[in-house]
Amino acid sequence: MIGTNRYIGSPVERIEDLRFLRGRGEFVGDLKSQGMLHAAILRSPIAHGRIRGLDSAAARAIPGVRDVIAAAEIGAVPTIPLRLLPLPGTERFLQPVIATGRLRYVGEPIAVVLADSAALAEDGVGALILDLEELPPVADRRASGRHEILLFEESGTNLAMTFTGVLGDAEAAFRDAPYVRRECFEVQRHTALPMEPRGLLAEWDSTQQRMTVLGAAKVPFFNRDTLAAMLGLAPASVDLIENDVGGGFGARGEFYPEDFLIPFAARHVGRPVRWLEDRREHLTAMNHARQADCEVEIACRRDGTILGMRGEIFVDLGAYVRTNGLIQPRTLAQCFSGPYRVPNLHMVVRALLTNKTPSGTYRGPGRYEASFFCERLIELAAVDLGLDSAEMRRRNLIGAAEMPYKLARLEPGGAAVDTECDSGDYGEVLERCLAEFAWEEKRTLQGRLIDGRYHGIAVACFIEGAGAGPKEAARLELEPDGTVAVYVGSAAVGQGLETVMAQVASDTLGMPIDLVRVFHGSTPYLNEGYGAFASRSTVLGGSAVYEGAKSLLEKIRGAAAARLGGPPDDIELVDGRARTRDGRSLSFADLAADGLRVDAMFQNNNKLTYTYGSAVAHVAVDLGTGQVEVLDFLVVEDVGRIVNPLTLHGQAIGGVVQGLGGAFMENLVYDANGQLLTGTLADYLIPTASDFPRIRAIALENHPSPSNPLGVKGAGEGPIIPVGGLMANAVGNALASFGAMPNQLPLSPARVWRMGAEAPMENLGKNARAEPVSDAAGPGRSQIRR
Amino acid sequence: MQVNFKLNGTPVVVDVEPRMHLADCLRDELRQTGTHLGCEHGACGACTVIVDGAAVRACLMLAVQVEGSSIVTVEGLSTEEALTPLQTAFRKHHALQCGFCTPGMLTTAHALLTDEPDADGDRIRAVLSGNLCRCTGYIPIVDAVLDARAAYRKSDKR
Repeated sequence: MIGTNRYIGSPVERIEDLRFLRGRGEFVGDLKSQGMLHAAILRSPIAHGRIRGLDSAAARAIPGVRDVIAAAEIGAVPTIPLRLLPLPGTERFLQPVIATGRLRYVGEPIAVVLADSAALAEDGVGALILDLEELPPVADRRASGRHEILLFEESGTNLAMTFTGVLGDAEAAFRDAPYVRRECFEVQRHTALPMEPRGLLAEWDSTQQRMTVLGAAKVPFFNRDTLAAMLGLAPASVDLIENDVGGGFGARGEFYPEDFLIPFAARHVGRPVRWLEDRREHLTAMNHARQADCEVEIACRRDGTILGMRGEIFVDLGAYVRTNGLIQPRTLAQCFSGPYRVPNLHMVVRALLTNKTPSGTYRGPGRYEASFFCERLIELAAVDLGLDSAEMRRRNLIGAAEMPYKLARLEPGGAAVDTECDSGDYGEVLERCLAEFAWEEKRTLQGRLIDGRYHGIAVACFIEGAGAGPKEAARLELEPDGTVAVYVGSAAVGQGLETVMAQVASDTLGMPIDLVRVFHGSTPYLNEGYGAFASRSTVLGGSAVYEGAKSLLEKIRGAAAARLGGPPDDIELVDGRARTRDGRSLSFADLAADGLRVDAMFQNNNKLTYTYGSAVAHVAVDLGTGQVEVLDFLVVEDVGRIVNPLTLHGQAIGGVVQGLGGAFMENLVYDANGQLLTGTLADYLIPTASDFPRIRAIALENHPSPSNPLGVKGAGEGPIIPVGGLMANAVGNALASFGAMPNQLPLSPARVWRMGAEAPMENLGKNARAEPVSDAAGPGRSQIRR
Repeated sequence: MQVNFKLNGTPVVVDVEPRMHLADCLRDELRQTGTHLGCEHGACGACTVIVDGAAVRACLMLAVQVEGSSIVTVEGLSTEEALTPLQTAFRKHHALQCGFCTPGMLTTAHALLTDEPDADGDRIRAVLSGNLCRCTGYIPIVDAVLDARAAYRKSDKR
């Protein structure tokens, strides 16, 4: 029973904010433990090589340095298992929790120094003497693909995995197509970069043989089981505690080497150990993401109808296959075509190992890259065929009548991993987006030179497969004070989970929201939990809370009926009291003595929800500086059902700005030796308050998800997905008269400037449709600029 | 070395190593953990505190430099009972998600509006551009600061 429905759909201000705004959040770095030691980690200074020796005598001689732990102290060094897609063959490329001789990327952990303060621990790291043998590095995926230098000789290959996505018969479609175009595109390596660096505080209780690790995030239950196995403990002897988490975006909370090393160290020395990552460490230690390039083709009819897409994509995976490292290549193969009807598709994705930081998921993994590739292809076809960008997409979006619509068959995997767009009207959202933006009017701006800048507009459509299964757990308990405690296996990474779960619970229970308290993430609360990834918390966690709340209501009714007499159905629950028809009542607090408690589990049979949307943008390009200004950006998405419009809007705007960082600024640059050149926040640039002030987002709830009782779809990742493709197409359209081909991200000022400066003479004015209109600001400017 | 300064109105004495920066001193020695460390090289602004009225990066200042100063951290902005108008505006506009950059945003904005209660959107953006946020996309933060200006105009602080 959803009662008066006061909270779901309302912009409920967040419960979390009250502590954060007062500086009373409790992040892992804020925690201390009695007798705690501080850890600092010696990391590989070279991309590829062997450790010949490690001399720790000088480090150990520093007063206050308590211990040094390297592979020798650990003994049998475990490797980190894959959490997702643990496919046969990948076991060859898993990362050991500490280097055992071979070094494969700059930043790989070699030794842990424990000391009385963090500063002394860093002094200790500085005093460790390494004897290294350097090997030639595999600096990029091209070198990797030659397999001349191997990261793992015993495997005989640098190819970690190949995925193929197939629909229909691409070969036949291309053979007969009247229009075909082939292009190469590239997305740079970048990273999630949450503002709070990682950290852990591990406490070993030798009497009880129990390990407690604070600082967990994202997937505490999986990581608890993983750590327990590595330490030779029962899962019940290990607790992972989730404190406040300063942003995740896919990267934080996966099982990293430190998630073993710090607990191991605590047990080794018999004292609590805390490790707080610094930012330079973070940039080489935490998962990188996104790096992929491709050679892909599109085949169309002359009216723009897409007949097929095919090609080959290469992912630069870094040095190891990490817990979720295969999600990006998998998604590139399976979801390349996004929301478009592409009846014939053949996409081969090769994930190759290089001597760089391993990669993993970052918000919209694979989808951001696929959208960039796919939207560029579609835009080029539209231009070639003389079609408006919006009309081209309108013709090819999957139709409402085609739902559910099956996406590409994936190998390896086959039918067991098929996924389908679940519901909705993709065209409806596109039209809403175009209308809000006034697309038809703004089309006249395309390629125009106004006040010294070239203007361009673009449109892109996207889907967000979210709410990955298999299930989520919740427990609800009526407390002696009449409140309800809600325990959920979902994890909070800063997205407002407490508020959203409280909204769902209080609406379902018909209780004021301040009588509901939400506990999440930590392993002591529940027997199992699945965490926060793939925008799943509201979908699965919310549904589990909803089912649990419904069951709790039945229990409350039953208990009240037993005490007051009469059938449970006659008990009315109002304002925290259970009342009979003749007016006798008990408070929830009275009933709590009956031990009313419900365990709920929501399963979705691995059926994803598909949020969908469209985005449009208007940019102005200054070819004097290469600077692109985003004059307007609008994203419209249908999320099935909106639980909290405030937090949803925050996800959309925040996601878009992250995507703009990837489109224009962010770049993890390596040199030929495999050294990271962008190791500080002065070198690795993310958007600031003055970069992208004009972003708009509209959320719709016209088509609820058919696969959960709330009708919600995942909503954390959609708006980031189209940003790269959209920006490239807007810049390409602005500079069409220069024959600009923005086929590589990021669209840095230097790269954009070169599109004007290096445009071949024969390209100028080649595309009559987009020829700049001469105006007072600079007639013939395009000619001059060349 | 012994350092004397005022922290959120209360005199404190703390014994620190000369190399300890102010943020570590506040967080580890004085247990005021609202001041966060996001980069320790002055790029992210999460550790911003107000030293004698100026917004300062506590990771770029040594603790020994604040002898005799008066320091305000996020803990000193609000009372036990109520949020300040600036904090209330942050909540209303959903100007925070994970909350990690928030203390630095609040101290930076507080210092700005105390000096310039009429700061316009461009000025606010320019000043806040020294504070990184990865969650919000900044738009709601700027809206919140714009919204809070009225409260600073009314006060007699100028």
